[in-house]
Amino acid sequence: MKDKSLKKVLTIGSGPIVIGQAAEFDYAGVQACRALKEEGIEVVLVNSNPATIMTDEEIASKVYIEPLTLETLTEIIKKERPQGLIASLGGQTALNLAVELAESGVLEEYNVKLLGSNIDSIKQAEDRELFKNLMQQIGEPVPKSAIVSSFKEALDFKQNIGFPIIIRPAFTLGGAGGGIAHNESEYEEIVNIGLNQSPINQVLVEKSIAGYKEIEYEVIRDKNDTCIIICNMENIDPIGIHTGDSFVVAPSQTLTNNEYQMLRSSAIKIIRALKIEGGCNVQFALDTKSNQYYVIEVNPRVSRSSALASKASGYPIAKIATKIAIGFNLHEIKNSITNKTTAAFEPSLDYVVVKIPKWPFDKFSQGDRILGTKMKATGEIMAIGREFCPAFKKAVASLEEKSTGLLNRGFEKLSKEELLQELYLQDDRRIFRLAQALYNKEDIEKLHEITKIDVWFISKIKEIVELQRCLETESFTLELYKKAKAFNFLDSEISAITQIPMSELEKLGIEASFRVVDTCAAEFSATTPYFYSTYFEQDEVLEFKNQNKTDKENILVLGSGPIRIGQGIEFDYCSVHAAQELIKRGYESIMVNSNPETLSTDFDIASRLYFEPMNIEYILNIIKKENPKGVLVQFGGQTAINLAEKLDKKGIKILGTSIDSINATEDRKVFEKLLQELKIPQPKGCAVTSAARALSAVKELNYPVLVRPSYVIGGRGMQVVYNDEELLTYITEAFKFSSEHPVLIDQYLEGQEVELDLISDGRDVLIPGICEHIEKAGVHSGDSMSIYPSQNISRKNEKILVKYATKIARKLNIKGLANIQFIIKDDKVYVIEVNPRASRTVPIMSKVTGIPMVNIAVSAILGKSIRRAGFGVGLYKKTGLVSVKMPIFSWQKLNRIDPALAPEMKSTGEVLGIDRKYKRALYKAFLAGGHKFSKSKQRVLVSLNDHNKQPALPMVKKLFKQGFFIMATWGTHKFLEKNGIPSKMIEKFMIDKLQKRMKNGRLSFIINTPTTGKNSQNAGFQIRTIAQMYGIPSFTSIDTAKAFLVAHKTFDKNTKLTYDTITNYRKKKLFRLFRIK
Amino acid sequence: MATLLLQDNTLIKGESFGFKGDRIGEIVFNTSMTGYQEVISDPSYANQIVVMTYPEIGNYGLNEDDFEAFCPYLAGLIVKNCSKKESHYKAKTTLSEYLIDNKIPALQGIDTRSLVKKIRQTGAMAAFITNRDLEEDEIQQKLQELKNYRIEDNIIEKTSTKEKYIYNDSGSIDLGFIDYGTKRGILDSLAKRGAKITVYPCTTSAEEILENNHSALFLSNGPGDPSNYTYQVEQLKKMLGKLPIFGICLGYQLLALSSDAKTFKLKYGHRGGNHPVINLENNKVIITSQNHGYAVDIETLPKLIRPTYKNLNDNTLEGFEISSLSVYAVQFHPEANPGPNDARIIFDEWFNILKGKINEVANER
Repeated sequence: MKDKSLKKVLTIGSGPIVIGQAAEFDYAGVQACRALKEEGIEVVLVNSNPATIMTDEEIASKVYIEPLTLETLTEIIKKERPQGLIASLGGQTALNLAVELAESGVLEEYNVKLLGSNIDSIKQAEDRELFKNLMQQIGEPVPKSAIVSSFKEALDFKQNIGFPIIIRPAFTLGGAGGGIAHNESEYEEIVNIGLNQSPINQVLVEKSIAGYKEIEYEVIRDKNDTCIIICNMENIDPIGIHTGDSFVVAPSQTLTNNEYQMLRSSAIKIIRALKIEGGCNVQFALDTKSNQYYVIEVNPRVSRSSALASKASGYPIAKIATKIAIGFNLHEIKNSITNKTTAAFEPSLDYVVVKIPKWPFDKFSQGDRILGTKMKATGEIMAIGREFCPAFKKAVASLEEKSTGLLNRGFEKLSKEELLQELYLQDDRRIFRLAQALYNKEDIEKLHEITKIDVWFISKIKEIVELQRCLETESFTLELYKKAKAFNFLDSEISAITQIPMSELEKLGIEASFRVVDTCAAEFSATTPYFYSTYFEQDEVLEFKNQNKTDKENILVLGSGPIRIGQGIEFDYCSVHAAQELIKRGYESIMVNSNPETLSTDFDIASRLYFEPMNIEYILNIIKKENPKGVLVQFGGQTAINLAEKLDKKGIKILGTSIDSINATEDRKVFEKLLQELKIPQPKGCAVTSAARALSAVKELNYPVLVRPSYVIGGRGMQVVYNDEELLTYITEAFKFSSEHPVLIDQYLEGQEVELDLISDGRDVLIPGICEHIEKAGVHSGDSMSIYPSQNISRKNEKILVKYATKIARKLNIKGLANIQFIIKDDKVYVIEVNPRASRTVPIMSKVTGIPMVNIAVSAILGKSIRRAGFGVGLYKKTGLVSVKMPIFSWQKLNRIDPALAPEMKSTGEVLGIDRKYKRALYKAFLAGGHKFSKSKQRVLVSLNDHNKQPALPMVKKLFKQGFFIMATWGTHKFLEKNGIPSKMIEKFMIDKLQKRMKNGRLSFIINTPTTGKNSQNAGFQIRTIAQMYGIPSFTSIDTAKAFLVAHKTFDKNTKLTYDTITNYRKKKLFRLFRIK
Repeated sequence: MATLLLQDNTLIKGESFGFKGDRIGEIVFNTSMTGYQEVISDPSYANQIVVMTYPEIGNYGLNEDDFEAFCPYLAGLIVKNCSKKESHYKAKTTLSEYLIDNKIPALQGIDTRSLVKKIRQTGAMAAFITNRDLEEDEIQQKLQELKNYRIEDNIIEKTSTKEKYIYNDSGSIDLGFIDYGTKRGILDSLAKRGAKITVYPCTTSAEEILENNHSALFLSNGPGDPSNYTYQVEQLKKMLGKLPIFGICLGYQLLALSSDAKTFKLKYGHRGGNHPVINLENNKVIITSQNHGYAVDIETLPKLIRPTYKNLNDNTLEGFEISSLSVYAVQFHPEANPGPNDARIIFDEWFNILKGKINEVANER
């Protein structure tokens, strides 16, 4: 039963979203906080990530948005004096912090109990050597391996074992710094990087068992030693590709009962030996030709796989793990699905679940797409189908790519031989190559030989491909159409193949039916409002509605699909709030989303959840079933907005801002005219279709200009160009890809970038606050540091910003949320962009101002005046805090990506530094971002492009004054010399030497402003990428570097930071007035 | 099209992938996600038409190691989708071929979830499975047959061995074993722990078994309604207290009946590999493999019977012991096959008890 001594519990979140640690921990954290509060426990939460739902003040009792460092947590523990600490739901970040807190004696000193698994269990699972020993003790097989702390030791290991060898650094996230080496030079490189990235300077070198089946089990254990398996999962990609980068199916498909049970028993034996209390994930490799298996890894905590297993099975793993942590046993916890039985049972699935990772290679086309032991996906989608083929087909459609099918992805252009050759590549497109090869009638066995993917999966994919061939070659019949629908072929696909118009297909009257995810394969009656679509089966939505009769109207909320760069967790925050506000306002909310890592896909958030692709046809199926009053499209990011017009065309009511207004902000010409009408200045620009036109255009616009294609080709995006040469290079490149689409050229105003979010009911406008960016315009707003409240904007300009925003909102009749971006240049305000939807900054602004923006927006959409929301209209008063948002990048996971800040977004997450003083907030932001400040002499490499040399001079002077040792590349060195700043010259071509310095930690950070052109041979690019490899910060904007120096000064002054809850920070500190004697 | 006709008039169309023929049986469902080979070869499914709730069946074919009996006794198999291509290094045959060879009709393309819900609501009932389309008058005629259908009273005589035999001759612990339709997994579990097993047909008299002075007697699983098996219960009554007796599934039910407890029919039974069972002594929960349509009524237990396990889903009795008579029994299947191995420790516990008894006897002598 519950541990009665627990009155207050500290929960640690997982920090910013990075590759390998995404929204799944927000979802887990929220479940944990709720589970604790349910038991009357006061919850103190610490997380540096402001975009999360868990940092909402209604989720925890006290919310600290502070850096996740040992010092911060120690201070908070000192202040709050909790009896317990939960660290197993905040990913690797929280777990590592818990270990630090325990080892530094903080937990003991303040009498804080680590709840759930104890430190020894965690260490035994995490430390490779201890884990290996334990496995040997209990007789569980592990692949031959050695723990090494130097390359020499690694060489010794190699003597006994041939290549390939897998290298895994200890205690790193998502396998950062690991890889597979096929020869000695690769071996040396990967081992050294791994040693460098491991916080304890340890890597595991291990005999590769690539090609084995990769199977995972999600296990829960309580202190009574009851163990249950929530779900097992089989990677379609065999061992060799990180499970986060693998296509995964649940449950396993190719294991016999004996194999399934053998691994199940092993998983339970392991969790018992480790004495885990809570959730745990065990990964196995299973030979394809014998019973031989190996234990690969154990995560002694809730993981990304647990989130997937939760959604796949309907079993709330994080919630139950929390209850166990505070003392409950599984059989003492009520089963929230049947409401009769207990949590001690194993789910049975009567459907198939397919997960596909979402990779950022559409953004980073030049990035290294090869997949291995290092995870590269930013997010994932999940699809549920009654059988494998429809589930797989649905999963592919969930990726929100231009192509929804398996074929026609460019590989049809390859010859048979070329395609087979390319199939050896393990990258993100392998499955599509496989599909094409099947279409080319390649032999299944041969394809299995090449890819090592199980024949069962290959033959299933073949069934899909063959059905497509039938559609292409056979005459169209109702029978064939039904077959295609049963496999989840979209009408748009069928129409494209058969040339039969979609309207004709619709007339055939085939409708999707929906089934329930109930954890028990219909053995017991359950009332989970969790649905997925299928065809030609009984529908369970009506049954559900009949059992839960209501006269409430329903409204559909569109979610935001998989987490990707530019569309992250913040939109999950918005969709969840929207769904909940609808319920509060007396409606039923219907949630649609395809992302298993989110809270929005928990079945108790909305009135009903549909786990479906964010694709128009799937959404129309739901609408047909639910007949909602309307659809909310403004909370699900660009994914949802992109669906608005299609829905509107089908006569579906879009609630909030109208389609015409949405279009007005997206259509360049209309928008230009609109601003002109409102007499609001905007940067001048034009669209050109030839180089000559471009050259004449810039005569008018003047350099620098911002160029971008009107149509995105191969990830080539925006760029700032400074002269004819750069312009021509860009234009020629762009037209090489497509001459039909014009290139857009805009005046580039290198000014102060400002943004604001607003809520409007069409009449009044509420602006919670104004944010100013630290980096000058030209850096994507998602990648720039931003300050609230603005520190450098005059009252006059503030008024102008509010005036413009109000004018625009009224003109567009904005109902709900909108985000406007401005540039202030030479004291003049320009509008550069209007987004008629919730933006990335909504969660932050809601938290720093205390205004529940989404909730008010939903009310406004439903017709309630925002005047009645209680926050007034116009610009809301500033609160007592200053916050600095800092973007977080996942460079170490992605090879060959230029870390230079640019107009295109590259960051995966963000942290917020909050304090009452700007400098401290800034300092905290850098701390939260993982920057390590040090008192010892610091070496900095400075390498500036010609545009930046002069503007950077004051900053470099400061750098020198603050005692940094400056190294500079040739040009920069000369320039500094001229200006009287001593620096050590480094030849750019001496990259090797530089690399050695970085490796040995003899370089603290790099200031490098990039020259234009995405030339990977460029020395600057090389320096930056090597730096990212070794985890050395590189500032590519002078403004960021300046901010860093300010933070560093705060550090140098031995500033003692204090920490407080977001609620307290917002309060104006009135007592200060009385302290003056 | 192939057809499934239920006693309650429900007519379902599907595609035949097994034997081309007709069968009548009791329709039940199993929720195991793996182990269709063990399910179809488990004799306890005699005369039953089994619906698999997991939709993808046949994926890894059938191999030589995982059969629970020499031939299948079930009446039919119903799945959502039978894999066109099996994939496993051990696979010797496909599910479809096996069913055809063994004359078991089978249907795929069935909305199994809806069918399961129907069985859950109406209860296990008689059904007719055929590879044909049915005309209206034949439907009426079959419905009449279904109404009158009941599983044969002596079905265990079909699933039991016809002749006595020894399993694992080299074992050192001498056990008697009554085969009501045993799964090979039970025999293997005993053999693995050192037993030499004399397997008797279910029609064997108590006298014959007692004559052989076995160290203990094991009772197997088997099909059918335990209350029909009066002869077997009579024999058990004669043996109670004479030697330690261990029972599984039907064996457990018969032991309960022979101790004057009552059994009753569950609405739709327990069939699957995810049944949580709590050990009433230490409150530990294990996940068990189950396959039974009848249960022992906990209200009718005589005082000397001590309940040992309960099902956490519906609180039905799952195990008991009569220590004074050295009787130990469980409703679930500690041998698993298919299902989790959590309950295997019960064999170890039983063997510990057994070895204790053997020592006691040796010491007395």
